[in-house]
Amino acid sequence: MNDQAPINKIIPFSNVDGPGNRTSIFFQGCTYACKFCHNPETIRLCIHCGACVPGCPTGALRRENGLVRWNATDCVQCDACLKACPHMSSPRIRWMRAEEVFHEIRRAFPYIEGITVSGGDCTLYAAFLKELFPLVRAFGKTCLIDGNGAYDFTRDPELLEVCDGVMLDIKAADPEWSRFLIGNDGACALRSLDGLLRAGKLAEVRTVIFPGRDHENEETVRTVAQQIQNACPYKIIRYRPFGVRTEFQALLGEDTTEFEEAERYASLARSLGATKAFVV
Amino acid sequence: MSEALHVIQDPTLTYRQQLVGLARLGESTDRSLRYSDAYYAAKAKGALCDLNEGVMPFRPRYICPDYELLFQKGCEFLQLDPPKDLLEAVNVLEIFYCHVPSITTYPVYLGDLDKLLEPFVVKEDRAYAKKVLKLFLRNIDRVQTDSFVHADIGPEDSVTGRLLLELTEEMQLAVPNLTLRYDPEKTSDDFALACVRCMLKTAKPSFANHRMFLKEWGDRYAIASCYNGLMIGGGGYTLPRMRLYECSLDARDADDFIARVLPAYIDLQLEYMDKRVKFIVEESSFFKTNFLVTEGFVRQENFTGMFGVVGLAECCNHLLGIADVRKGFGLNPEATRLGLRIMDAIQERVAEHTAPYCDAFDHHYRLHAQVGIDTDGMDDSPGTRIPIGAEPAMLDQLEVNEQFHPYFPTGTGDIFKFEETWAKTPEAVLSIIKGSLSRSLRYFSGYLENNDVVRVTGYLVKKSEIEKLRQKKQSLNQVTLYGMGAQDGGHALDRRIQTHE
Repeated sequence: MNDQAPINKIIPFSNVDGPGNRTSIFFQGCTYACKFCHNPETIRLCIHCGACVPGCPTGALRRENGLVRWNATDCVQCDACLKACPHMSSPRIRWMRAEEVFHEIRRAFPYIEGITVSGGDCTLYAAFLKELFPLVRAFGKTCLIDGNGAYDFTRDPELLEVCDGVMLDIKAADPEWSRFLIGNDGACALRSLDGLLRAGKLAEVRTVIFPGRDHENEETVRTVAQQIQNACPYKIIRYRPFGVRTEFQALLGEDTTEFEEAERYASLARSLGATKAFVV
Repeated sequence: MSEALHVIQDPTLTYRQQLVGLARLGESTDRSLRYSDAYYAAKAKGALCDLNEGVMPFRPRYICPDYELLFQKGCEFLQLDPPKDLLEAVNVLEIFYCHVPSITTYPVYLGDLDKLLEPFVVKEDRAYAKKVLKLFLRNIDRVQTDSFVHADIGPEDSVTGRLLLELTEEMQLAVPNLTLRYDPEKTSDDFALACVRCMLKTAKPSFANHRMFLKEWGDRYAIASCYNGLMIGGGGYTLPRMRLYECSLDARDADDFIARVLPAYIDLQLEYMDKRVKFIVEESSFFKTNFLVTEGFVRQENFTGMFGVVGLAECCNHLLGIADVRKGFGLNPEATRLGLRIMDAIQERVAEHTAPYCDAFDHHYRLHAQVGIDTDGMDDSPGTRIPIGAEPAMLDQLEVNEQFHPYFPTGTGDIFKFEETWAKTPEAVLSIIKGSLSRSLRYFSGYLENNDVVRVTGYLVKKSEIEKLRQKKQSLNQVTLYGMGAQDGGHALDRRIQTHE
């Protein structure tokens, strides 16, 4: 196969992407364009419009034959290009083969429990993951998928076979609220939740709690908690406006969800049997 | 103003600190022990440094008494019988500590506290044992008022080890420094995790690569002072250091440095060490009459000289004409390779030298990566560390460290400052520590960015105590002053914060 995938970033050591110390691989491109997305620059692929080029302070970006080229050596990671991009994308993408990613991350193996693939939506590149995971697992390292809920895992037993688990976002249980937040009714995510649970591959579920959205928050938390029980950790995440596009901050609020408010939902989840619910 | 008057009038010095300061001045008025003119010239230009050890060494720099022997047979000179219970055990230790000399005047090695005390602790009710240990730790903090005072635990789990961790966390003290000997086969993950949690709250314990030390030292080694490997029942005679950056200023280029400049300075430092070691053994009374020697708590043949180096990064960067530290040693493979060449050259030449009175070490001195002193400023980074402000991603930093740590049996280490979220994921920190120690990292220290107790270069201070000094108040711990100097001159507390990005 040897397909390439667009890699946004590789973080050798991460303590926030699953159990233990993990290497996190972020893919570019997403099936969704959630209003509360904290890194909207990962949503689309670059269309080489060139809007980012003039603002690059070090000349790491230039136009070449109609394409935007990025020179990683000259880049100082100032993020000026991300701010300039009108297209929810990034020019700092490397197209890599699974084997190339493997060679780059293997020097972290002595220090990590495993890897987590994230995004964007890494499941856009399921074939790539099926190549990468066996290479990593051969070294005794675990492979976790950070899923946004768009991928129907029940239809891909092959992917489930080669991964150690999926950390799944359940963003909204109510179809209307879901359509508002992410642009679809969320049924696919709930189907995946069920399928992953049955397959024993559900590693974690995450839900973002929005300030003042009592009804919507409660419905999501109830649905998840009743379903997963104590099968896996349930992370209750506080909405934070940081990184959210300004136009949506106006819709979702400029306040961070209070810890106490989030804790009420964690406590509700625990009372419904999801004993491993906690606020992050 | 005379230096003595300065000490006498300094409002920030405690009585004991004044006493030590005046003694040091007095010691340096004698000229009986002379070194070569070339040595004095090298010292004057800062290429060699005696770490203010004093002209006339009247005791070895670091002493690691055999406390097991103390518990077996007691001490005649101090009229102490072997302890029969926990209370007697800590009392015996508290008294004994006050009579163990060192360069700092405080004992730099308190023993393997878990092994020493476990037989007594397990006979007591846990709450009672904890109370006794709490008073013991309080006594150490208030009486042995110096952060180079160091205790060891591990590699095995024990009730005493757990109690010491609990108390360390509860009491938030800078003294004593603490090391876990970590061995993947002997240290359980559960105990190691307890140590990580404690480290993230109080900057200790650090993690020593037990297997690496075992290979070099056998099973009777101590981690003393900052992170110094030494033999139990022995210690370190002296620790001078080559300031490699200043040494490199004499060289035309890297080859000239390695072929001409470096060997000359190495020989000068060796000659200086030989003179001091002979003086301590042959002239001073310590090895003839001190009860530690006469009663067998230390043996002269178990001492070695510690050959220190500092500022490898700045040395390499200078020799390669690299002005931007962020493109230099540790981040630039050419500079790092030069560092390895230099260390190979130092290791080889020191190993060729026959050292006096180092019988247990095949008559050789051992290398030490000196952590710097408060007056070094930004000229010489500690040992072989990457300069503060230039640290690469943690993985890269560990890989550079792993190449340099094996050179230094008498100690080296690196320190990582973690952002708050890591406090919630101790198992992630443990993965990193286990990985690096399974390779060739010798010594790992960490702390959390917002702790009060923090690790400066190798030793611990409380940030709140530094604040006291700034307000011209006294700090009981004599090392707080060094911490303030290292913070002001070397930006030692501004090291890179490990986030997840």
